Formats: sequence, structure tokens, C-alpha cells
Amino acid sequence: MVDRRVAAGLGILAVITVACVFGPLLSPYRYDEQALDLLGRPLPPSPAHLLGTDELGRDALTRLLYGGRISLAVGLVGALVATAFGTAIGALAGYFGGWTDRLLMRFTDVMLSIPALPLVLVITGLVRPAPPLLVLIIAGLTWTAPARLVRAEVRGLKSRDYIAAAKVLGAGRLRILSRHVIPNTLATIAVAATLAVGSAIMLESALSFLGFGVQPPVPTWGNLLNKAGPWLVSAPWLSLPPGVLIFVTILAVSMVGDGLQRRR
Amino acid sequence: MTARWLLGRVAGALPVLLGISLVLFLVIHLAPGGPMDVYADNPSVTPAALARIAEAYGLNQPLPVQYGRWLGAMVSGDWGYSIRTGRPVLTEIVERLGPTLLLGGIAMGAAFLLSVALGVVSAARTGAWPDRVIGGFTLAGLSIPVFWLALVLQLVFSVWLGWLPSGGLRTIGVEAASDRLAHIVMPATVLALATTASWSRYIRAGMITVLRQDYIRTARAKGLGETAVLLRHGLRNAIIPAVSIVALDLASVISGAVITEAIFGWPGIGSLFVQSMDGRDYPVLMGVLVMGSAAVILANIAADLAQAMLDPRVRNG
Repeated sequence: MVDRRVAAGLGILAVITVACVFGPLLSPYRYDEQALDLLGRPLPPSPAHLLGTDELGRDALTRLLYGGRISLAVGLVGALVATAFGTAIGALAGYFGGWTDRLLMRFTDVMLSIPALPLVLVITGLVRPAPPLLVLIIAGLTWTAPARLVRAEVRGLKSRDYIAAAKVLGAGRLRILSRHVIPNTLATIAVAATLAVGSAIMLESALSFLGFGVQPPVPTWGNLLNKAGPWLVSAPWLSLPPGVLIFVTILAVSMVGDGLQRRR
Repeated sequence: MTARWLLGRVAGALPVLLGISLVLFLVIHLAPGGPMDVYADNPSVTPAALARIAEAYGLNQPLPVQYGRWLGAMVSGDWGYSIRTGRPVLTEIVERLGPTLLLGGIAMGAAFLLSVALGVVSAARTGAWPDRVIGGFTLAGLSIPVFWLALVLQLVFSVWLGWLPSGGLRTIGVEAASDRLAHIVMPATVLALATTASWSRYIRAGMITVLRQDYIRTARAKGLGETAVLLRHGLRNAIIPAVSIVALDLASVISGAVITEAIFGWPGIGSLFVQSMDGRDYPVLMGVLVMGSAAVILANIAADLAQAMLDPRVRNG
């Protein structure tokens, strides 16, 4: 039976993803289309603009859904890269042990002890990265958690009988690692990947919120909040929806991750 | 657990710190743009004047020379001068340290007490409604973007209700303690929330493991009250690993402080960092980042030390 929280989380994510992928296609407005007669100050929600418009007369709902595409894509790809890299490091450290393990884990500890956000702010603030580089930066900061989870799991698997059997049959270490160890850690990797998606989306939105992530006019949930900041008091309808969507998305991702973890 | 061990840990931390400072230095100096841009855009600044300014700050030297100079000066206590204000970096940082320690201390203290309470209650009632309510709260606390929560709190409590000031350290001209308190409530709440959520999960997990041990059954069997079992036998053992989690989390607390201080205009290290980012104030940026990294590394060492002192098996073994 599928855990109820996993099902609920996946359901929420599906709704948000479908809305972000198809919403902008169905919308009568483009994300950067300005209604020149509405220029100057944001307009409250109305039948023509369900979530109102921003100060440049752009439809807030269209921008919200279009921004979701970027936020979700950056989060997903960042998490995938982070999980792949973390899995490689964790599997090598856990399987080979000894000085390989000590070296790799020392490196992981050092990465964990660096205050991540200020460092990324410096890099992104000075370089103003395009989304692909942003994905790499986010992955560079989130791979440590998957690495630790996978390492612990691999260390446990190492002494199983079927690994010994593979050894007796003459399988090489890399073959054992790739064909016998890693396939059996897939459940752990799935949990790690899910949690990484949450961290990646959070990191991207924090960077964009501070103005150092994806640059306007391309919207993301984070930079929509950044642009809405000055209008917080006079136009709260611009600040609330992007935050709610970040919150609900990460909540749904955490529900899936938590549920998967509990089932094991 | 001797002075020699401590010395070894500190010595081991130095190369790490050196590596971090080298990476930061390269990133900051190799990135396009720089503090000279402000002057370069000004038509009344002649190229000759520009060169003089670059020379005064040593910006015309090759990078390795600049790094060597910076490192040498840093070690001897001269952290350079802020390009933005012209004041010594060390003065700028020390001035901002007080508000940050105040905010961070209150937030972390509250987070620790609250997470111990939530974790213990959760573990004592695993699966029952208090555990599920607390579980929902921690999940939400970990998922809510702090910067957005800060905006919403400002909107609700400062703009709509008018109960709390939206930012700053205090109202100018007002010295009352209640005014200081009103200013610190929202930033401290925002800073403490995610930490409380994550710590209470660790404490809950630790408590559940401890409560399964034989000595807990023994304690119950000899007729000890449930509160005493939970607090004196359970919590005392569950809290030891939690101490290192708290220290390890300092890195993420520093990250959270940057955002929180920036939004609430709290005049601490976090705001200094953001202002220095905007002004490309290299000397201050380097100073703040190296100090932050040093703080995190020291906290890690302190965590091991605290663990040793709390756990007699580590202390004597």
C-alpha cells in the first residue's frame, strides 16, 4: 500500500507541475507581455487578471506559472546532479573504506562546515550566472546529504553474503559496486533525491529573492517575490502567491521524502 | 581528551580555513566588475586618478601578491579598510557583532528550549495526536521559505495590525527595554523557526532510540514516575548527540541570519554582508566570510569538546 502522505505529496506536485507546464500555454497573456495602459502601479485581482498585474502591467498569474517552470526545472535538475555526484562520492567512500573514505568524508565535512548561502551569494552576486551554471552551483552545495546517506547504506551492504558470492565468482570491485551495491541502494538514493529537490528549490528561490539568482525579465518564484517586495503594503497580491507556491511545493516534496523514508 | 587533542584539532582546522580564504579571494577577484567600477563610471574621475586609487588599495598588483599581502596583514590583525566607508574592516565587523550575537543568541536559545520540549513530547506520545501535530508543525517549519515568512509577518503584524515595528534595532530616541524587545520578536521568530523544526526532529529520533533501551525499562520497573524517566534517564542521554547537531547547524544559522537581517534591517553582520555585496566591498566581504567560516569550524571543535564533557564514556575512554 502506498503511504497516504506520499500519495498526497505526489498529487500536489502533479497538480503544480501540470499547472506550470500548461498554464502559460492556455493563458491569453505572455509572461513578458505588458499592457501599456496599466503601466505604473499594480492592479488588484479582477476577472481579466485573476491574480492582478504587476507595476509593468504584466499578468501576475501567467508570470507565476511561467516562473514555476523555471523554479521547478532548476530545482529538479539541480537535485539530479547533486544526487548523482553525492551517490558517486558516497558509494566510493563507503565501499572502498580506508583512506579513500577518510579523504572523501573529510572533504564532505569541510563542505558542510562552510556557511553555504553567503558563499553562493558571493559567487552568484559577482558572476550573475545563467540557469545552467546556477544549477551547478546549487548542486555543488546540496550533494553532501546524499553522499552521507548513500555511504552509510553502502557500508551496511558491503558485508552481505551476495557481495561475498560475487567476489568469489571473480567479479571486479567496480562491477560489484555498479551491478550489486548501487542497485540495492536505490531506495535510499530515491529518498536522498527527493530531499535534494526540496533544498534545491529553496536555495534557488532564496538566491533569486535576494536578487542574485535567475535575472528578470525571466520570472521565477524567488525573483517574483524580490520584485514584489517594494509593493508589499500597496499590492500584497503580488507577494503572497509565489511564497505560497514555494511553501506548498517544498512541503509536498518533504511529505514524499518523509513517507518514503518511513516505509523502509 | 587532552590539551594536545585540542591543539591537534585547531591545527587541523587551519589548512581548511586557509583553503576557504584562498577560494573566496580568487572568486571575488576573478569575477567581472569590482570596486573601481563606481569611479570608472564617473566622468569627472580621470584615468590618472583611477590609477592612483587602484594603487592606494593595491588593486593593480598581481593576484598572488594581493593574496599574500592580505593574508600577511590579516594574520597580524590588520584586516584592511572598507572601500565603502573608509573605516577599518575590523571596526566595521566588531560594531555589527553585538546585534548579531543578540539576535542569534535569543533565536538559538529559544529554538533549543522549544525543540527539546517538542521533541520530548513527540517521543513520549509517538503516533498519538501530539506527535502528529508536532510532526506537521516541523514539516511546515522546514518547508516554509524564511524570506517569505518574514514578509508575511511584516505585512500582518506591522502593516495590518500595527503591533510590531517592521525593522531596525530600536526606535530612535527611545531607550525602553520593551521597545528593544518589540523589535527583536519578529526577526528572532523567523530565525528560530526552521532551526526549531529541524532540532526537534533530531531530539525526537534520539529520544525514541533511548526510550527503547533496557535501562529505561529498569527505571520504569523500579517505580520511577514517567516525567523522571523521560527527563532524567531519557533526555539526558538523548541530548548528547543533539549538542553536536546544534553546533553543526551553525553554518545554516549564519545563512539564515543573512536573509533575516537583510529583510528586517537588523544592523548586524548579515546586513553588513549584503551591503558589502552591493558595494563590491572586497576587504569587508573577505573579513566577514573568513570570520564566519572560522566561527563554524570553532563551533565544530566546541561540539566535540562538549560531547566529551557530557558523556563520561567519551571523557574517560
